[in-house]
Amino acid sequence: MPEKTGVMTAEEKAREHIRMQNLPHIWCPGCSNGITTRAIVRAFEETGVDPDKTVVVSGIGCSSRTTGYLDFDTLHTTHGRPLAFATGIKLANPELKVVVISGDGDTAAIGGNHFIHAARRNIDITHICYNNSIYGMTGGQYSPTTHLGDRATTAPYGHLEREFDLCELAQAAGATYVARGTAYHFVPLVNYIKKALKHKGFSFVEVISTCPVYYGRLNGIKNAPDHLQWVADRSVTVKQAEKLTAEERAQKYVIGEFVQKEAPEYVENYMRLIESARGDNGDRNQK
Amino acid sequence: MITVTGTRSNLHVEVRLAGTGGQGQVLGSIILAEAAGIHEGYTVVQTQDYGPESRGGASKAEVVISSDDEVDYPKVTIPDLLVAMSQDAFNKYCGDVKKGGAVLVDASWVKDTSKPCPGKVYSLPITEIAREQVGKTLAANVVALGAVVGVLDIISYDSMEKAVLARVPRGTEDLNRKALRAGYEAVRQLVEGSKLHRETEVHT
Amino acid sequence: MNAMVETQNIRMMQGNEAVAEGALAAGCRFYAGYPISPSSEIAEILSARLPRFGGRFIQMEDEIGSVAAIIGASLTGAKSMTATSGPGFSLMQENLGYASLAEIPIVIVNVMRVGPSTGMPTSPSQGDVMQARWGTHGDHPVVALAPSSVKESFQLTVEAFNISEELRVPVILLLDEVIGHMREKVLLPDPGSLRVSERKKASGPREGLLPYKPDADGVPPMALFGQGHRCHVTGLYHDERGFASSSPANASALIRRLHDKIEMAKDRITITQGVGLDDAEVVVVAYGSTARASLRAVKDAREKGIKAGLLKLMTIWPFPAERVKAALGPKVKHVIVPEMNLGQLVGEVERAVYGAAPVTPVSKVSGHLFQPVEVLRVIEDAVADRVGFTNRRGG
Repeated sequence: MPEKTGVMTAEEKAREHIRMQNLPHIWCPGCSNGITTRAIVRAFEETGVDPDKTVVVSGIGCSSRTTGYLDFDTLHTTHGRPLAFATGIKLANPELKVVVISGDGDTAAIGGNHFIHAARRNIDITHICYNNSIYGMTGGQYSPTTHLGDRATTAPYGHLEREFDLCELAQAAGATYVARGTAYHFVPLVNYIKKALKHKGFSFVEVISTCPVYYGRLNGIKNAPDHLQWVADRSVTVKQAEKLTAEERAQKYVIGEFVQKEAPEYVENYMRLIESARGDNGDRNQK
Repeated sequence: MITVTGTRSNLHVEVRLAGTGGQGQVLGSIILAEAAGIHEGYTVVQTQDYGPESRGGASKAEVVISSDDEVDYPKVTIPDLLVAMSQDAFNKYCGDVKKGGAVLVDASWVKDTSKPCPGKVYSLPITEIAREQVGKTLAANVVALGAVVGVLDIISYDSMEKAVLARVPRGTEDLNRKALRAGYEAVRQLVEGSKLHRETEVHT
Repeated sequence: MNAMVETQNIRMMQGNEAVAEGALAAGCRFYAGYPISPSSEIAEILSARLPRFGGRFIQMEDEIGSVAAIIGASLTGAKSMTATSGPGFSLMQENLGYASLAEIPIVIVNVMRVGPSTGMPTSPSQGDVMQARWGTHGDHPVVALAPSSVKESFQLTVEAFNISEELRVPVILLLDEVIGHMREKVLLPDPGSLRVSERKKASGPREGLLPYKPDADGVPPMALFGQGHRCHVTGLYHDERGFASSSPANASALIRRLHDKIEMAKDRITITQGVGLDDAEVVVVAYGSTARASLRAVKDAREKGIKAGLLKLMTIWPFPAERVKAALGPKVKHVIVPEMNLGQLVGEVERAVYGAAPVTPVSKVSGHLFQPVEVLRVIEDAVADRVGFTNRRGG
């Protein structure tokens, strides 16, 4: 991008972080992934991350195509594994800011093990999960966050399984920043992502997303705006949720921040381990 | 005493240590290999068979010692020396021993040595020696190594002692020196008594 | 191959330990792995040694994550490795294919044990030879090396890193349980005496950079993360910019180039050793610990007046067909291929020999090493014309 003088428009700022040559994106008309990607870019702009020292890593699925559009070092990995790739990047080069973008299947089904262990290590990675409760890219199969009783192409009689609460999972596993936003509530979402980017340790932001083509169509939601409205109608704040019974809460998306705490960070600890190992003269071959 | 075929420049000796897991066969074989390889300058290969359990179960470790630059086959095929620390080990392997070779048995565990064996059998209460003279049954493998020095006679006592001391935990040096000496002395009496003599001088 | 230069640094070392030391000598600074017999010593040693070199060790939650992590680390420029055995190697296959397509240098050590499934965890096998070649899906290129001693474990680990760096390809080091666990006396080389390769790195302005545009050797200089290139790396078929592309012309060119870069370097990365081949009537082709039983058998056969020779393969993939052909002298009447499997590499040997002589597989799948006499017997049978194309099954 050529240097700009004066005040940049919002669009110009966004272009700084977007690979314009790769647009238009592959997402379906009405998909909320564009909104979420814009929220991430806004958060990047406002936190002032160094694009030459930031790596964005994604898995496989609709959400994971985001990395193709962001102008950073980007890594589009295998299904479920972006956190494991990201762990290698961050540990090998701690000066890099590492952000993972992943979907609900990627995060909680095939990649569930990496998710809980990255959180347990409290490694300094920001993980943003686009949760649309369905496998969109493969045609609408149920995911670990599909709601009980809802339809998917592999749940033609209604879904039998309970869903994961990804924020509770992250919290239980040891994540030190956990928040949930939605693609409908753009400004708070940007805010959560900004706080996650600034947080030292494993930060997790779940973004309730829409898939009008599959989730909506299979579950009687007429169109994309209706799907977003449906998300909005189901959303309650943490405070509002406190007044609800467990049964009532199960029907809602509770949005807000759930965890904000400091804890020893894995890579910093490892760098200290290196210092102490190097100080130990027990090894003649040390360099 | 074993009839070692060949001289220091043309030597091939195979040793098998077998017994029950936890008796220290693997460590014993490593020390033997280091004594022969690092301190005596031979080419050596040490291998072991693992069972799934760390303690208990059958355990076997082997050392091939050669004056060649490389040992082709890394395992023992016909042992010149078998160290049998359990009855099972004796029964299983005594028949493999080379004619003119030797079997060192821990008489504390091996009560029946009637099975035919092509080599000379030296019975020594290795574990009892460790318990009574050294005060620690865990030192049985080092007692056995002392006996190996006396029987094998291609590794000097000094080399074996250096190899033992390099591998044992700090603070147990004296105990292990004592164990090595006890095994060596005990076997010397047997060897003298057996009136066997080597046909070939290997320390030339 | 002169990786080893003699110094006074004499040590008794396990094969697994030699792999760890070889990795450090080759410049490995990142290890991610998951515990599994019979490879765990490699992780244990590197967990202690790497931090002293400023390197990193991490025990991941599984083998899938282990390969993912070393690919991530390699993308930042760190020479990276993992080690495993059969079941873990199976789990690694998808990301191995990723490294192959995205051209990420990594080294994967597989200390082979008896399979399939949990099999016999602490018994040796050569059952993963074909998995090393074809374990991941698709027509991927790969390189695999197989040491037959502790010394070679060190040398070939260095070589694995060098090939991986030079060709931007995953390199698999196939030990077997006996090689991994045996101890031999080795002389550690002076670090300065080793030939150590580094990957080519992309340079110049990021505008117009084509991170997947190959040089004449078929290998593109690598655009490392954190260097301002802002490049994209994907497991999708991609164009020279690195972005997804499924154009037929691009797809064909990409996968062919990935193979061609290995093919162009094939002679350089092929390591074999011949013993008594000049006048051999019976040629034994072997690798790993089987090569050692075979060497003894060949020597014993010679003592009996049989003209036997050995071709030991240290490079297994790409299969050194040219070396096999060259090993067949004018007098060769039989080729014997002993393997601790039911016949894997023998098919490649047969293809290379192409009818010039009968090729006889000898299999041992009991979880024990071949005994020299078992190979010797087949050599004797071959000379007496008691074997042919039959699929001989041993113990």
